[in-house]
Amino acid sequence: MQVSMTVNGDKVTREIEPRVLLVHFIRENLGLTGTHWGCDTSNCGTCVVLMDGQPVKSCTVLAAMADGHDIRTVEGLAVGGTLDPVQQGFMEEHGLQCGFCTPGMMLTARALLDRNPHPDDAEIRQAISGQICRCTGYATIVRSVQWAAAHPLGAQAEGDAAGAEESTSEEVTA
Amino acid sequence: MSGPKGWTMQIPAPFDYERASDVANALTLLERHGPESRIIAGGHSLLPMMKLRLARPEWLIDINDLAELEFIRREGDQLRVGALTRHTALLESADVAELFPIIRDAEQVIADPVVRNRGTIGGSLCQADPAEDLSTVCDVLRAQAVIRGPDGERIVAMSDFHRGPYETAVAQNELLYEVRFTIRPRSGSAYEKVERRVGDWAVVAAGAAVGLSADGTVEETAIGLTAVGLDGTVPEAEAVLRGQQPREDLFVEAARIAAAACHPVDDQRGPVDYKRHLADELTRRVLRRACARAAGAKEG
Repeated sequence: MQVSMTVNGDKVTREIEPRVLLVHFIRENLGLTGTHWGCDTSNCGTCVVLMDGQPVKSCTVLAAMADGHDIRTVEGLAVGGTLDPVQQGFMEEHGLQCGFCTPGMMLTARALLDRNPHPDDAEIRQAISGQICRCTGYATIVRSVQWAAAHPLGAQAEGDAAGAEESTSEEVTA
Repeated sequence: MSGPKGWTMQIPAPFDYERASDVANALTLLERHGPESRIIAGGHSLLPMMKLRLARPEWLIDINDLAELEFIRREGDQLRVGALTRHTALLESADVAELFPIIRDAEQVIADPVVRNRGTIGGSLCQADPAEDLSTVCDVLRAQAVIRGPDGERIVAMSDFHRGPYETAVAQNELLYEVRFTIRPRSGSAYEKVERRVGDWAVVAAGAAVGLSADGTVEETAIGLTAVGLDGTVPEAEAVLRGQQPREDLFVEAARIAAAACHPVDDQRGPVDYKRHLADELTRRVLRRACARAAGAKEG
């Protein structure tokens, strides 16, 4: 069957089998391997992408079901070469170790901040509770999302790279 | 099918896919494609079962475009919830929180926020997993299921909706359209679940609803348990409270009866004794909370 959808702003059309899952469509058919494929059972959340702005587990959505919808993957977070504040936050606050859960974590964080620009730590933890970081780096992930909330335009736009540096050294000494 | 480096992917067996344009069209497609066709909504129960070959439909009929099935509407003394209403919408509804706090209690512990963006009330009820939280919730609220089929609409009480594990009153050529909850004055409800980890199926969960009369005595009550092999609610336990002022010793007695009436099985989630203990303790807790909520509820 033929499916068409918008992925990171680009219209894509492919011929696929109906049983192809969205995660494999994105990785294999579109070659966008930033979306990771983990447990296959909608438990780990590494395959999270945004579908019409909402985080969904793409291992449990058929590509056919995404036909006509708007998909955003981690490759679509940076705009015009500038990293999304969430990506900057993960750098500034060491939000990743092995990086396997990171794309899904960042997309869920983006969706959360779009809805709730100033979440508290409990709200962030709740938002990412369907996603597993096997390095157990949750504390730094929460701090990374808080960094993005505090810098909605990113570090460069606000000219406060120094501020970001400060918070990093703070964390190191903590 | 194998993925990169030859890793094995879990992929459903081949099937054909068609997207329904409205409810009438969905019913036509069910009729046309016959017994091996299945409705898919959120897909978070069906797709995992298809990956494991526990379900192997030849046709999937996708109803996600059916906006007419996605609503939470207060009409007269009823709250009407469309079958395609997502868990997230139920969790965020002010009407649900005010009128049926048990739904909110349960939604907070169903899977996780990302899964709740996709999963639907209709899918949960039609999947009819014995550990499904919303099945207990709907039993306890004595909800009604509105089912559409080729011959029109029929309304089925929740007590007749569930026919057993993974079996419901919805026939192959029918579709669950909506769930109706009756709004009662001076009522309260609550749900509590013990799970091995956040987002897991219940080891055991309990739900209770009460309606008080003007003088504060219990007029109507329902007690249900999840994942312990109970068919519907527990009338013997409910009888303990009916006509009485809510009291701790009655909660204890009702909970004791409910725990004795259920049929837990020994499995990876725990032994029978532990589950029975949970059934007892959780029933007491939800009765306390439901009665407190009813006492604080609006008069009408």
